[in-house]
Amino acid sequence: MKQSFYSQIASNKRRTFFLIFFFIVVVIGLGYIFSQLMYWGWPGIILISIFAIIFPIISYYNSDKVALAVSKAKPARKPEHAHLINTVEGLAIAAGIPIPRVYVIEDAAPNAFATGRDPQHSAIAVTTGLLQKMDRYELEGVIAHEMSHIKNYDIRVMTIVVMLVGIVAILSNVFIRSLWFGGGRSRDNRGGGNLGMILMLVGIALAILSPLIAQLIKFAISRKREYLADASGAMLTRHPSGLASALKKIAADHNQLKTATNATAHLFISNPFKKKSFSALFSTHPPIEERVKRLEEM
Amino acid sequence: MIKWSDTNLFKAGAIKLRWWYDMNLTWIIIIIVGIIVLWIVFAFNSLIRLKNHIHNAWAQIDVQLKRRYDLIPNLIETVKGYVKHEKAVITEVTNARKAMLSAKTVGKKAEAENMMAGALKSIFAIAENYPNLKANENFKLLQEELAGTESKIAYARQFYNDSVMGFNIKIETFPTRIIAGMLGFRQKKEFFKTESEVERKPVKVEF
Repeated sequence: MKQSFYSQIASNKRRTFFLIFFFIVVVIGLGYIFSQLMYWGWPGIILISIFAIIFPIISYYNSDKVALAVSKAKPARKPEHAHLINTVEGLAIAAGIPIPRVYVIEDAAPNAFATGRDPQHSAIAVTTGLLQKMDRYELEGVIAHEMSHIKNYDIRVMTIVVMLVGIVAILSNVFIRSLWFGGGRSRDNRGGGNLGMILMLVGIALAILSPLIAQLIKFAISRKREYLADASGAMLTRHPSGLASALKKIAADHNQLKTATNATAHLFISNPFKKKSFSALFSTHPPIEERVKRLEEM
Repeated sequence: MIKWSDTNLFKAGAIKLRWWYDMNLTWIIIIIVGIIVLWIVFAFNSLIRLKNHIHNAWAQIDVQLKRRYDLIPNLIETVKGYVKHEKAVITEVTNARKAMLSAKTVGKKAEAENMMAGALKSIFAIAENYPNLKANENFKLLQEELAGTESKIAYARQFYNDSVMGFNIKIETFPTRIIAGMLGFRQKKEFFKTESEVERKPVKVEF
């Protein structure tokens, strides 16, 4: 049982390494193609490469602060949130990791997320709705799920995936936008050469497709992590039905989380945009019915 | 007809072949020994790591027990004012607190711990009869803190058990099994168990 945890962590660390490597290659490749097309030349490639390296480093170290600030999370305090703090501390002991910082979001929609780059710099945030609507076992189930994200280094993998997906999106945006302004010049320079046209079409196709593909990768990774966190969370509490009934309650709730954005949706225990019907391919979370079913079979 | 020079040539070739074979054999042995040494180093380090997990888990139980121990006087102070006629329960808690202090072994600690859990349960049961006490803010917070500490103790035990189990599996399974004994790693420690037979039985609820 413990071994599976450790192999989980090892495989997540490997995955992180390959993801970063893969994306840096992709970003530099995109940078090369775009700057060829836009006649930015070497300075363009170098600038894009620097951007592709510096930007992730900065956001890597600030991801938790950003996520907490965007969600308007406030630190939990002892007399009011004693129960929440105790639950988090208890499950950190069960998982054998340092105690994460605890935050509360003022919102009626029951939801929760974990963030940070590693267990030493992690935080868990829950909404006031969650605290009001869940009983002791359900809250434990939810916190255990988040604790597993921290222990398994999911928070790091997802932080990096989201960040890299963001970079690809930004690059594509910059390229498409600059087509409107610089496009005329480059067309003149090419003099309508066939090769130029083809390259330009490939560039446009890349600019449109690459953010999409990057998103799909993100969603696929995210969904897989959710199932795993459900399973290892159940292993922490030894009580899978707690999380199962919490998920059912969350699904049945009609409030919508106000502070959730596309950039933070993947963090939450349950997809905060429940009203919009997402196709399964474009969802950060597996369907709740499927998660409940798997928990109840444990 | 084999000439002198031919045999000589053949000999030289054989020596060369022999030399080549010896060299390769040496390298193969060096590589195999190297892999074994590396594996022993890794196995040793991972055993040490698991052992430290166990120590850490053990220390964590102590931390939580100490925390509960420190909360008791506060609880008694708060309860005393409201519950004047129930001396027996308060003595029970005080005794359990003393037993916790003197317990040293895993078994004794678990015993004292169960005694304390029982005593606390009866205090909170009695509190049900005193609405004023139940409404006391301080009492409510203490109740939450003690319940929290209680579950932390349970989680710390669970983590301890998991760590012991991980360690034991490691030193009992092949291939670590071969070297664990030689490196001085022995089967670990008792697990925490349900102490009394009463707790093991299904709970009967009567109305």
